[in-house]
Amino acid sequence: MAQQAAKIKKRRLQDDGAWGYLFIAVALVVYALFTAYPVVSAFIISFQDYKPLGSTFIGFDNYVSTFHSELFWKSIRNTVVYTVLTVPVALFLSFSVAILILPLKKWMQTAFKAIYYLPVVASGVALSVVWLWIYDPMPEGIFNKLIGLFGAHNQNWLGTTTYSMLSLVIMAWLSSHGAAIIIYLAALLGIDESYYEAADLDGAGFLQKLWHIVVPSLKPTTLFLLVTSVIGSFQVFQNAYLMTGGGPDHATTMVGLLIFDNAFKYFEFGKAAAQSLILALIIAVISLFQFKFLGKDVEY
Amino acid sequence: MALYSNHTRRPAARNVRNTAIIVLLVLFALATLFPIYFMVISSFGDPVEAGAVSYQLWPSKITLASFKFFFDYSEYSYRWILNSLIVAGSIMITNVLFASAAGFAFSKLRFKGRSVLFTVLLCAMMIPYQVTQVPLYILVVNVFHLQNTYTALIMPSLVTVYNIFLAKQFMGSIPTEILESAKVEGCNPWQIYWRIILPLSKTVLAVMAILTFMDSWNTFFWPLLVTNTMDMQTIQVGLKNFRFANTTYLAPMMAGATISALPMFILFFSLQRYFLEGVTVGAVKG
Repeated sequence: MAQQAAKIKKRRLQDDGAWGYLFIAVALVVYALFTAYPVVSAFIISFQDYKPLGSTFIGFDNYVSTFHSELFWKSIRNTVVYTVLTVPVALFLSFSVAILILPLKKWMQTAFKAIYYLPVVASGVALSVVWLWIYDPMPEGIFNKLIGLFGAHNQNWLGTTTYSMLSLVIMAWLSSHGAAIIIYLAALLGIDESYYEAADLDGAGFLQKLWHIVVPSLKPTTLFLLVTSVIGSFQVFQNAYLMTGGGPDHATTMVGLLIFDNAFKYFEFGKAAAQSLILALIIAVISLFQFKFLGKDVEY
Repeated sequence: MALYSNHTRRPAARNVRNTAIIVLLVLFALATLFPIYFMVISSFGDPVEAGAVSYQLWPSKITLASFKFFFDYSEYSYRWILNSLIVAGSIMITNVLFASAAGFAFSKLRFKGRSVLFTVLLCAMMIPYQVTQVPLYILVVNVFHLQNTYTALIMPSLVTVYNIFLAKQFMGSIPTEILESAKVEGCNPWQIYWRIILPLSKTVLAVMAILTFMDSWNTFFWPLLVTNTMDMQTIQVGLKNFRFANTTYLAPMMAGATISALPMFILFFSLQRYFLEGVTVGAVKG
């Protein structure tokens, strides 16, 4: 009897078959058409001199010319500089703020979380419009006035090769920490109280608890944020596109912007496709690297 | 006890510490909020050219003339907001429907190739969007000839892998026993999905709806690529065009920025809980 029942049950579960495909049908079609096909297509286009009517196969030419392009390497360097300057600082700021929020009352925690998250809600275009004015090169410009308080001379923030990258970096510091703070705080609240109790018995102080309990416990969170931020940072170029256009003298041309320009300004689709695949490869390698060297004792 | 000492014997010490913390947090909050504050305050200024403007951190007068200036710039200014609403609204609805359906199938139904298909879907999250952008543009514009249509704006985002993942993660936590007993009672998978899974997933679907709406409202590059007349542009693209056409007008530019951000602020303040929850929902077991 029991065996028979189990058989029937099993058949019922297998009956889901057609239903299963029905439920995922739309998702699969959308995926096949707008993700899978474009990826395959990108590979093909990257070996072509793309023309709307009749592309020609040119082998590895797009890749070769990319590797010989000074501008490409400059854009990679810019992207790396931007990432190295923004990601660690943003993570450190988020971590510190989350630690500071922790002892406060629940309603204050919520209020601060909401405040820090607000810039994430505003559109990137709106924020770039505002920051453009904050960086007004005139002496009356807000940022110039601010540094004037400390005795510094006014600068042409977005217009000089020295400061344009820094300007984008400062903007990122002040508008991209919202999510990380919330994620860190959730992880902090999830640390088992008994660790602290044991540390208290040993007479450990705040800094010792921070270093020996909090930092190791939050390692998976930090790794997650690090990997996702680096991946995001390597693709980012909206602020550069809207605020500096990649200039002056390509000082803020990120690799994402270079690909966009090649594709939609110069209509060199083949070159853009080749460069985007190189970017994908770089991102994959860096992510693997981070998991391998930082994720050694992280459990999932 | 906890990371922080409670200072049980000296409440004064605790108060001093908490005050110091709050001061630090408020300072950082001021720096974070300043651009938004500056945007809103400046939008109430007169629509005059920047040469005559001195920046004010407190409005000396409040006028809506700059908002009028922004809307007068193009006869389609209102249409941009409407377009954004249509596009973001449609994408929100289709994502909730199709992502919840796919999430249900991947977490609770058995069919051949289920885990393989799901893995293939997840791979998409590792591909930078630069890779798909060019072929997607060629497909939509050159092959389907959909340039300048709502279809082009909506179709590629009908359902995102991220949302399917989100739905699957949540629905996986619904006990299978409930579904088994519904099956014994004679429910087919559609009824299980509609009557049991959807009502139980209300919160996660609300989070998904809000975050999806916000993302598509704020999307800039795709609408920039596939629209070429003002009447089909979204508010983000419209704002960019307005900016390039009026580079010296501070207050109207800020008015435009305020208009583009305002619906999100209203949504955020009324549904804040879902926004903040949404951040951690995606990060758990990322």
